[in-house]
Amino acid sequence: MKYSVEELVQRLIKGDKFAIARLISLAENDMSLAQKIISLIYPYTGKAHVIGITGPPGSGKSTLVYKLTKEWRKRGKTVGIVAVDPTSPFTGGALLGDRIRMQELTGDDGVFIRSMATRGSLGGLARATKDVVRILDASGKDIIIVETVGAGQSEINIIKIAHTILVVLCPGLGDEIQTLKAGIMEIGDIFVVNKADREGADETAMQIEDMLNMSSTFRPNEVGWIPPVVKTSAIYNVGISELVDKVEEHWRFLNKMGNEVYFRRRVEQDIFEALRDKIEQKILYNLKKTGKYDQLAEKVAMKEIDPYTAADIILNNVIRFKDEWTEENE
Amino acid sequence: MSSTEKKIKVLIAKPGLNGHDRGAKVVARALRDAGMEVIYTGLRQTPEQIVETAIQEDVDVIGLSILSGAHMTLLPRVTQLLKEKGIDDVLVIAGGIIPTEDVPKLKEAGIAEVFGPGTPLQTIIEFIRKNVKRKR
Amino acid sequence: MVIVVFKDELIEELKKKVEKWEKECVQEELKRHPERQKEFKTLSGIPVKRVYTPLDVQHLDYFKDLGLPGEYPFTRGIHTTMYRGRFWTMRQFAGYGTAEQTNQRFKYLLKEGETGLSMAFDFPTIIGLDSDHPMAVNEIGICGVAVDTLADMEIIFDGIPLDKVTTSMTINAPTPVLLSMYIAVGEKQGVPMHKLGGTVQNDALKEFIAQKSYVFPPEPAVKLVTDVIEFCVKNVPKWNPISISGYHIREAGATAVQELAFTIADGIAYVEAMLERGMEVDEFAHRLSFFFASHNDFFEEIAKFRAARRMWARIMKERFGAKKPRSMWLRFHTQTSGVALTAQQPENNIIRVTIQALAAVLGGTQSLHTNSMDEAWALPSEKAVRIALRTQQIIAHESGVANVVDPLAGSYYVEWLTDKMEEEAMKYIDKIDSMGGMIEAVKKGFPQREIAESAYRFQKEVDEKKRIIVGVNEYIDEEEKLEIPLLRVDPEVVRVQLARLKKVKESRDNERVERLLGELRRAAERNENVMPYVLNAVKAYATLGEIMGVLKEVYGEYQELIIF
Repeated sequence: MKYSVEELVQRLIKGDKFAIARLISLAENDMSLAQKIISLIYPYTGKAHVIGITGPPGSGKSTLVYKLTKEWRKRGKTVGIVAVDPTSPFTGGALLGDRIRMQELTGDDGVFIRSMATRGSLGGLARATKDVVRILDASGKDIIIVETVGAGQSEINIIKIAHTILVVLCPGLGDEIQTLKAGIMEIGDIFVVNKADREGADETAMQIEDMLNMSSTFRPNEVGWIPPVVKTSAIYNVGISELVDKVEEHWRFLNKMGNEVYFRRRVEQDIFEALRDKIEQKILYNLKKTGKYDQLAEKVAMKEIDPYTAADIILNNVIRFKDEWTEENE
Repeated sequence: MSSTEKKIKVLIAKPGLNGHDRGAKVVARALRDAGMEVIYTGLRQTPEQIVETAIQEDVDVIGLSILSGAHMTLLPRVTQLLKEKGIDDVLVIAGGIIPTEDVPKLKEAGIAEVFGPGTPLQTIIEFIRKNVKRKR
Repeated sequence: MVIVVFKDELIEELKKKVEKWEKECVQEELKRHPERQKEFKTLSGIPVKRVYTPLDVQHLDYFKDLGLPGEYPFTRGIHTTMYRGRFWTMRQFAGYGTAEQTNQRFKYLLKEGETGLSMAFDFPTIIGLDSDHPMAVNEIGICGVAVDTLADMEIIFDGIPLDKVTTSMTINAPTPVLLSMYIAVGEKQGVPMHKLGGTVQNDALKEFIAQKSYVFPPEPAVKLVTDVIEFCVKNVPKWNPISISGYHIREAGATAVQELAFTIADGIAYVEAMLERGMEVDEFAHRLSFFFASHNDFFEEIAKFRAARRMWARIMKERFGAKKPRSMWLRFHTQTSGVALTAQQPENNIIRVTIQALAAVLGGTQSLHTNSMDEAWALPSEKAVRIALRTQQIIAHESGVANVVDPLAGSYYVEWLTDKMEEEAMKYIDKIDSMGGMIEAVKKGFPQREIAESAYRFQKEVDEKKRIIVGVNEYIDEEEKLEIPLLRVDPEVVRVQLARLKKVKESRDNERVERLLGELRRAAERNENVMPYVLNAVKAYATLGEIMGVLKEVYGEYQELIIF
């Protein structure tokens, strides 16, 4: 089955599953194809509410995603799920099993689930995940859930794609809550204590509230939103409806009058990240190919020049501001 | 511009009610160690679920593991569903407890090869690398 | 008193002699002829020396560590006369197709001399689905007999008097239903409950770890297990209400040490669960039974069985304070390892099974199933299962090993290895204890992970030819053609079974079934013992799927952990 990108995009916007899957693969594997795809589908994006779900392993995220999806389906929404798993670092292969928890949803036409692996660089994964989210968005999904395993810095970069970020913890983590401080407490919009049927659920909830009270840096674009702590027991369907309500509440908060600044900031961030990727892609790649990067690195290593000077040298050689601003692609 | 390395994507599935997953998991790990991207469906999958998963994940290979004796009904159903959905570029292989006399019929139904007990992992890896139908 | 009675001076002399022997004779030999491998290990990975001497068993005490047969710690056997009194029960696992076909196979095996029945169910039955469930229709009767209602059970045991045979049923989550059906059949035959003898597997924990035919989540699953144990202790006193299994754990990839450790740890969890119900240990412990595999490493398996008996006796006495000797007995059934048999050159499997069966007998098993040579291809054909049964009969009648109790005791190697296996297994048990017990360990995925590791490691060893499997990675026959008959399940089974199920549902009192199912639900919600309610529903011809459906609504369904 050979379809052109344009044909696939036409089918995509009608919600065709095969098109969604194939476009995601094309975008994952080829950056220039990805750009072409995004340029075609971008006008159709921007309607979906993107939710990020992160947290330490063992907190029951996959089951939570499954139950949340079921609840959203009950409320008549269509859902796209991106389950992001780390790659085995040595061999470059990956073993993705998050889907197992959600397999009952396979067969519901209103749900699309895709597993993603790291593919070598986590920076690359963040970009690829963003493109996958856009593709699902353009296919008409109301809700898109991005679920990452773990809660380290790399996962944080991925999860920032989302509008609403859920940080999922569970009782009995103990000291791990302290180590979660780095970045996670700042980006969480809603904190979930899952497996709340277990002992220590209330204590965990209180610990989180304490930490939130002490931390003064909430998401700067979201003045006025105080992250709530919600207790759930996904396996027993407890707290799911309430959690979905809270997520919807956050979406209304983001969308309310006077908050366009939030969405504008996201667009600016998107451009910045695209620019940064291009620099890496176009400039660095070429410099490395021509050996110039190596030459500069040698000089810096021998302390002949410092890194800032090296950067200036590159920019001087590569960037020239045109007299006239043009939006033609050369 | 460079593209990231196109990894072979394999779906390892357990059709039917049979819960013996030692082989499926060992093969999944071996394929991962060989650099492939493996998705495991978990137990108790219907042929419909398996095919739907294969579509959504856009896999290159489907590996079906079955030890319950129900292979003559379940495996051809998978290949039939793939045909109905117009998918012709996925390599389908099988393993488990499957008598040799059943293999020709399974091959007619679209199963490329059957890897029974005692098959070295490397044999499966090489078969996939050699026979995967590159569509990208 | 040590096992070997040597005066201290003689021990010193032996030490010097062994050192000299290693340095001189052995080194000379090695120069001429190096050993086949750098290191020799058991299948579990325990390094084994060239030779074992009294020095290796100095630390063992005859009274404390061995005892006499029938004496604590029962290392040498739970009975005083063992096979001199009675051979182990020859119990071949059987069942396929329709109830009629299974009834035929049972009668065939009894005629050929087996001394106990063992029943295999099809996959829908194993996970509590009726034959008319959409996921069941492809698998009716294929790897075991299909049982939907009491009507099937009645046909299976038609002409088989339940007061004259004992039956083992390999069933787990649906145990309350199948056991109730067996009881109901007995009643119809005029055999009261208290006269029935047999076993139900009923071991939920190993389902999460290995066999994966789980239905309910861990806590309710264990609750149902203890419901059955309590019911049987009170009403079916000759019945073994649980067969705490290591077989499946081993088959899933565990080493012998892990098999031993996880099985005993499961046993500990069940004892604790029963104690939590308020029963005294001596009220129920004597009815707990076990089920192990018997694998290829001959001496390791024998040592494993002996270590198991000693460990369990010690745990029951010291940890749980059991007073009655019967509470400390580890009674077990053995099945020779299925996964050790090959698809290639299947006739070779007869030899493998013989070695494995011999190990089980020398290990003192109470009951034994020997696999058929076509294990890697299909269910046993008549010819193959007869050979498997004959294997046991030849060992029993012709080899002489059954004429002396625990004949290998005192062997320096066997005693050392028995002790070593206990030591290694206890390390695992201590670790599981520190996790909060087996139920917690299962929820955390600990045994599952260990097993996945061992399974992967084993396959790599085979692929790298570090482990030789005859006919598979050595002595291969490229042109091999399968020349043994294979059993095929007749597809008619589906039609017959569905027709019978339909008929039963139409001709029973459906209102009564509804009412009894409702009573079952309320009892389950009130946390009562479900057995009496299941028994009533079964007698009214409620189906397996209907009863399990009620329990699933109350208890929920288990979600598999993602572990490779």
